[in-house]
Parts: sequence; C-alpha cells; structure tokens
Amino acid sequence: MNTSNDVTQNAPQNLVASESFQRVQLARHERRPYALDYIQRIFTDFYEIHGDRSFKDDPAIVAGFANFQGQPVVVIAHQKGRDVKERQARNFGMPKPEGYRKAIRVMQIAEKFNRPVITLVDTPGAYPGIDAEERGQAEAIAYNLREMARLKVPIIVTITGEGGSGGALAIGVGDVVAMLENSVYSVITPEGCAAILWKDAAMAPQAAANMKMTAPDLLRLGIIDRIVPEPAGGAQDDWDTAATLLAEHLSEALRQVQQMDWAARIEARYRKFRLMGAVDITA
Amino acid sequence: MAWFKRQTDKLGEVAPPEERTVKTEGIFVKCENDNCGATIYRKDLKSNLSVCPTCGHHFRLSARDRLQMLFDDGQYTERDANIAPTNPLNFVDQAPYSDRLRKSQKQTGMLDALLTGEGRLGGRPVVICAMEFGFMGGSMGSVVGEKITLAIEYCLAKRYPLIVVSCSGGARMQEGALSLMQMAKISAALARLDDAGLPYVSLLTNPTTGGVTASFAMLGDFNIAEPGALIGFAGPRVIEQTIRQKLPKGFQRSEFLLEHGMLDAVVDRRELRDFLCKLLIFTGPAQ
Repeated sequence: MNTSNDVTQNAPQNLVASESFQRVQLARHERRPYALDYIQRIFTDFYEIHGDRSFKDDPAIVAGFANFQGQPVVVIAHQKGRDVKERQARNFGMPKPEGYRKAIRVMQIAEKFNRPVITLVDTPGAYPGIDAEERGQAEAIAYNLREMARLKVPIIVTITGEGGSGGALAIGVGDVVAMLENSVYSVITPEGCAAILWKDAAMAPQAAANMKMTAPDLLRLGIIDRIVPEPAGGAQDDWDTAATLLAEHLSEALRQVQQMDWAARIEARYRKFRLMGAVDITA
Repeated sequence: MAWFKRQTDKLGEVAPPEERTVKTEGIFVKCENDNCGATIYRKDLKSNLSVCPTCGHHFRLSARDRLQMLFDDGQYTERDANIAPTNPLNFVDQAPYSDRLRKSQKQTGMLDALLTGEGRLGGRPVVICAMEFGFMGGSMGSVVGEKITLAIEYCLAKRYPLIVVSCSGGARMQEGALSLMQMAKISAALARLDDAGLPYVSLLTNPTTGGVTASFAMLGDFNIAEPGALIGFAGPRVIEQTIRQKLPKGFQRSEFLLEHGMLDAVVDRRELRDFLCKLLIFTGPAQ
C-alpha cells in the first residue's frame, strides 16, 4: 500500500479532523450536483417510473429507464432538493420504506429485461420517523441488501455526495462501487457519532476524521473499488465536467462487468463483500 | 408528670444507614419492570428462564445463557471461537477503541459480541448464533459479521438450519464503514442460504436496533421476537429529536411490530424452545 503521498496519515490530529470535515462539507455543498443534474447530463431519454405498488411513491428516490451511450439501462438514485420547498418534498433525500421498495422493484424489472442497473447514492440516511418505522424501514433496507446481492444483472454503484449509513447501502450493493472524489461514506453521520461517543455534537470534525469516511480512506479499507475524479475545487463549481467524468467511469465499469456471465458476476460480487472487515484469527 | 418519661435523652448511637438493612444483594432481584417491581428470589428467576414470575417481564440473557437455554440439554460446541477484533481505524473517542475492547473482553470473557454454537434442538442438528449485549452494547463490527457469515457458510456446507438471536444497538461506530459493510456481507450470505432452501430463524430480543435490524434480524424465513423487546431501525431518542414530539406508548415494541406486520410471532421465552422445535419440524426432516 502506497501511503507516501497520503497527507492524512501522519498529519497532526486537528489538521486531519478539519480536512475530513471539509470533505463532509463539500459532499453536502448546497451547489453540489444532485442525481437529476447528473442524469440530465449523462443519459438520454430518461423516463421516471414511480411507486412501490404497495403504499406510495417516495420522491426521495428517483427511478427510471434511460439510454446510456446507446445502451438501455435502469437508473436509481437518491434525490435531494435544491430550494426549501423541493427539499421538503424530497424529504432532504432521506427515503422511507416505500422508496427502498420502489428501488428494488425497479431493479427486479431491470433483471427481467436484462438491463444493467446504475445507482447514484446521496443521502444523509434513511428517514428516522414514526411512519417509516411503522412500515418497516429496517425490513425494507435488509430486503434490498439480500436481493441486490443476487440480482442477475450488473449493478454499478457510485456515491456522489453523502453515503449515509444503511440508507445509502440499501441501494449500494454492486459489482463496482465507486466514490466521487469529494463524497463521503460512513456508518453514521459525524454529528451522530460525536453525539453518542463524545456526548457533544461539536466534536463532529473529530468524529469525521476518526471514522475514516473519505474516498481515499474507503479505497484503502477495501470498501470501494475506485475514486471518480471531480473538477478542480469540487463538483459544485462545474457540473458539466463532473458529469463527464462520472460518465467516463460508468462506461468503463459497465464494460468491465458486462464481460462476465451473470453467475460469475454474482460470485465476484459475493467475494468482494465477503472480504470486507478486519479480524484477527488467533490460534 | 408524664407517665412514660424517657429516662435518657438519646436512644444511643443510631446504626448508619448501610447497617440498618439486611444485605440481600445477590439473593433477591427487583423486577426491572417499573409497574411490577416484585422482589424475586434469584434462584426462582433463574429456574424461570429469567422471566419475572409475577409480571412476565423478560430479563436480558447473556449469549452463553441463551445458547444453554436453546440447545437440547444445554449442550453445544462453540464454533469460530478464535476470531478476535482489531482496531482497523485506530479509533479513539473518549477512550481508545482497543481499551474498550479489552474492558469488554474482561467483563464478558468473550473476544467479541457474538457466540456461535453447534448442537441439537429437538434432536435436529442446528447452528445458533447469539449476540452478547454486555459486549459494547452487542454492537456489530467485523468479528460479528465474520462469525455470522462463517456460520451461514457452515450451515450451507452441512445443510443445517440457522438461528440467530439478535440483541444489539446496531453497527459498531469504532470500525466505521467496515461495520456497515457487515450488513451487506451477511445479507449476501443469507441470499445463498435462501437459495439453498435452508431454514433461517431470526429471534429478536431486547433490544434489536440499527444495522442489525436493517440486515439479518429482519431477513428470517421466520422473524420471532420475545415479548416487550425494543425493535427498530432508528432508536427512540433519534426519532424524538427528529420529529420533536413524544413517541406513542408501546412504539417499537415487539407487539407493535407484530401489529404492523413485521414479525411472524411474539413468543414467551418459556415456550420458545417448543416453538422453535415445531418450526424446525415444519421446515423439513433433519438431514
């Protein structure tokens, strides 16, 4: 592992903290492109399809079929809102069970018609509310994890902004998992972690650094396969270039996994997640 | 003149508070249920599977007691006992993660928060994993993920049924995204168990929340819970802070989940073994 050019390795603690937290702030930047901004630039003929067929349509997740460089694909993504009204309508990108159920329903349609699935992850987390609990938030997420693991068509996952815990992972199991350069991915928000472990939400920058939630961190931990570069300064300043860079990655990733037959692909997907974790095997 | 006159002004030295009561610590336990509060003779509690004889409140069981209670004659062989946690992120909060691990290891006599046993239930060979809440709140890090996955793979090889007893606050923050990925890893293995047509029973006990609920605990062919257990995705405090209102009574308890269609059954611990035996008979003959 090459760590010589890694600034976060030996830097003083507070510096590491501020750098990690800067990434968190970039990932949450209010001018950062959201899913539909990417979809508009990367795909042609995107048609959104709605609903979980059981309760409701969840606007925090968009799903649809589209054309990607001449190939029909299915796109599933978290969607945040830009202004106050849209943010509320999108529930700040925090899906409820019906959102996850819509996502897996559309993935199973992709499987039926043998179309690859492309997901874009950008959520603070699954919505923690009474109604979400009543309708089985945990079950909806769990179900997706299991079904995505055995979906026969390719799944290409990209974290574009915030990868918020189980709410992100629920559309984040795939053959190639990548992160945009300034996105983050973690088990809990830095604020949540700080509130629990330090009893002080102001310790969020420290928590962000300690949880190792940036793209280089996750690449090192073997959790993601690739980092997708962003335009200098971050995606918020140049949406078009960000979209072009993402499209290049998607094209490459798709080509790679489409060479395998479905059984080999599912096996490789299983192996990939099977190896995640750090344990000591004692005598 | 008073008929009864105190001869001395003082009654003498009053015994200090700690000597005024008979020490019953370790002999009696008070029921944790505030509405009950019964004083229970510890041996009675133990012989009643740690269920209050008065109100039926289910006390928490350690992973070892759980396995002993479920397997025939309390007999089982432990599996994968040699898998120990590391500190992959060099995580430090108010104390270093390594210190927290050592402390929990000393307290519980376990390397991490999960115990796997192989034995028989109703005569049928079965693997049971039980989580230990006393080990950092039963949190799921790499070791828990690895041991459950190994148990699933062992069941696949042997064609054994699997039972996992959940008791956990969720994913372990100190292992960051590695903990999160255990959810995907275990769920992927469960897909294989499902494909192989093997039974998986999830038993949810108090409490089961977070990433544990949002992965293997909700994926059973049968999701069974003990009465009154707290079960949910987000913890009650997080929800209260988000919606800024008090939660309804009984919210996220087993009975609430049963009502909302998330559980197959809520089963009293004293009937649990019989229930599980019947389930295993239903799923097919022993291999």
